Amino acid sequence: MNLEKVIFGFFIVLAATLNFGFFIGDIERPDLHHIYELAAALIVSLIATVLKFGDRTQIGAIHLSTSLVADLQLIAAAITWAVATHVTGEGMTATVTSSVVSLSGGALFANIVSVIILIVETVMLRR
Amino acid sequence: MNSTFFLALRRMRAPIILLIVFYAIAVIGLTLVPGVDAEGQAAPPLSFFHAFYFISYTATTIGFGEIPNAFSDAQRMWVTVCIYLTVIAWSYSVITLIALLQDKGFQNTLTTNRFHRRVRHLKEPFYLICGCGETGSLIAHTFDRRNQAFVVLEKDEQRVQELDLQDFKTDTPALAADARLPEVLLLAGLKHPKCRGVLAVTNDEEANLAVAIAVRLLNPDIPVIARARSPAVAANMASFGTDHIINPFKRFAEHLALAVASPERFRLIELLTSLPETPIPEVHRPPTGNWILCGYGRFGHAVANHLHPTGIQLTIIDPMAADADQEISGDGTEARTLIQAGIENAVGIIAGSDNDVNNLSIAVTANELKPSLFVVTRQNHTANSLLFDAYDADFIMVPSRIVAQECIAILTTPLLARFLEMQRQQDEAWSHALVERLQTLAHGLTPTVWSVNLNASEAPATWKLLLHGQTFSLGQILRDGTDRERPLAIVPLLIERDGKYFLLPSGDFPLTAGDDLLLASAFSTRRNLEFTLQNANELDYVLNGEKQASSWMWRKISRS
Repeated sequence: MNLEKVIFGFFIVLAATLNFGFFIGDIERPDLHHIYELAAALIVSLIATVLKFGDRTQIGAIHLSTSLVADLQLIAAAITWAVATHVTGEGMTATVTSSVVSLSGGALFANIVSVIILIVETVMLRR
Repeated sequence: MNSTFFLALRRMRAPIILLIVFYAIAVIGLTLVPGVDAEGQAAPPLSFFHAFYFISYTATTIGFGEIPNAFSDAQRMWVTVCIYLTVIAWSYSVITLIALLQDKGFQNTLTTNRFHRRVRHLKEPFYLICGCGETGSLIAHTFDRRNQAFVVLEKDEQRVQELDLQDFKTDTPALAADARLPEVLLLAGLKHPKCRGVLAVTNDEEANLAVAIAVRLLNPDIPVIARARSPAVAANMASFGTDHIINPFKRFAEHLALAVASPERFRLIELLTSLPETPIPEVHRPPTGNWILCGYGRFGHAVANHLHPTGIQLTIIDPMAADADQEISGDGTEARTLIQAGIENAVGIIAGSDNDVNNLSIAVTANELKPSLFVVTRQNHTANSLLFDAYDADFIMVPSRIVAQECIAILTTPLLARFLEMQRQQDEAWSHALVERLQTLAHGLTPTVWSVNLNASEAPATWKLLLHGQTFSLGQILRDGTDRERPLAIVPLLIERDGKYFLLPSGDFPLTAGDDLLLASAFSTRRNLEFTLQNANELDYVLNGEKQASSWMWRKISRS
């Protein structure tokens, strides 16, 4: 067993699960989507991205790009939240909540692709 | 670029993760600790947005103060922890980045990438010089003077750094790498469409051999010139078609033999093949008779083989060689040995060991015993030039110079080889007359031998005029572009036309488009003539003596 592989798999799956946790629930209701969950998903996603740095194989490149997509979506969701609550003073209305949650839904898709690649990679492993 | 970027990313993984984790701890902590409002009442904690804003400017030590409101003591306590956490993370990142920049491997990757990029972007034809020792740097400097681009591969890093400091006109791509490795050769542009040839002139014969093989296999279309010292390696190189193999010992022996047998012809070859714009070499007239040869290694053998047919009797001194004259003791540095070798009856001596100090010692001792002796010395290292210049032997053999001269002569003017072949059939008087003409060309310096093809790219104006049916002779264009009354100080050596060669063409030789001309002149004269051949107005002035309207419009008007 390789500790590096454990940590790598852990962060990728954790990024996907946290993201899923934030995403699940009625898309318009802010009380079902806690902002701390979004923060956790973003942080773990960033860490997962950095873990994928420096792998020059084809699969490593796809890993990195899916992670970058997830980061981008989550950062966009966080900015939407910050603008709505602090800049416009609009607060977490149904419109804002649904756009934040749908952005994180996009990130969730990227994270799922990441997990699938991880599984494929493991299945292909012959040693 | 690509690989450097990924290498940097890989090394930065740990510090960036640490940075993200510490930021996360700090920001989340700040969103949990309750604050205080202006009246001293408990207030809700900072939101994520404000917490991230605060940590961002605090962690980077910008420090705007407590924004948006003054903090509660609990918040201040947590911020104290945050400051230390983030400062540690940032210092760790910066230190790792600096260590990465100083890392030998990383720097190598950077320089290799830069070298590769520069070679790839070379627009003009270039030569690849493998090995930049004495020979290589002599070739490099001559190329630089001629505005010829080149790329240098050298194993020794220090030499590459010295090369950077040297005063080259152009910025030359140079890399410290082993030229024996094929991928290094590819990196240096072996398959680059503008690569004109490869020079394998390292000190290591095996390396030269490896380069020659690699070039033959990877890019068979370009010529490779290799330096070899031993006949076995030379034969090996020849077996797979190395275009030109230069053995400095053999070449010098040939020259020495030629200087004995036909001094004028030797003088002609010496003038034409020496490095351009250097002082004219002294006249060497080695006498025939008894000679003493000190040192019987590869150089000694080559000299003995070539001097034998000229009728020179050699007494060979070398305590190490089995086939030397064994009854003579010592290596020639002592008077006793030289007397024993019969210096009284000798007319010349060759100090040809591989040790410069011994060679000088032999020469000085011999000269003291018999001042009229013709002294030939072998100089192994350029660094000893001062000593050899001070001693002033009759004939000095410098291997690096011989190789460099020959490389330059072959590469820059392929017609010269043909000319040298043809002049062999001429007699001494012919050579003497030509030498007299060549010596006056460049005010005491050796002439530049160069070739020009009367085609669209090298001489567009002349080519156009010749194609339009205008005929003029060689003498008509060899005139000064600033004052057409004056003929240029230039000697046309050879003209090639459709596989036919015309040796020393006279002034009334009619030119046609596509002629290949081999000329000898000073460098400034070369510029003058090249301008005439390329520029239609200049050519018109030189041929007809009048200044033509230069713009297209005026030409149309004046013609109608």
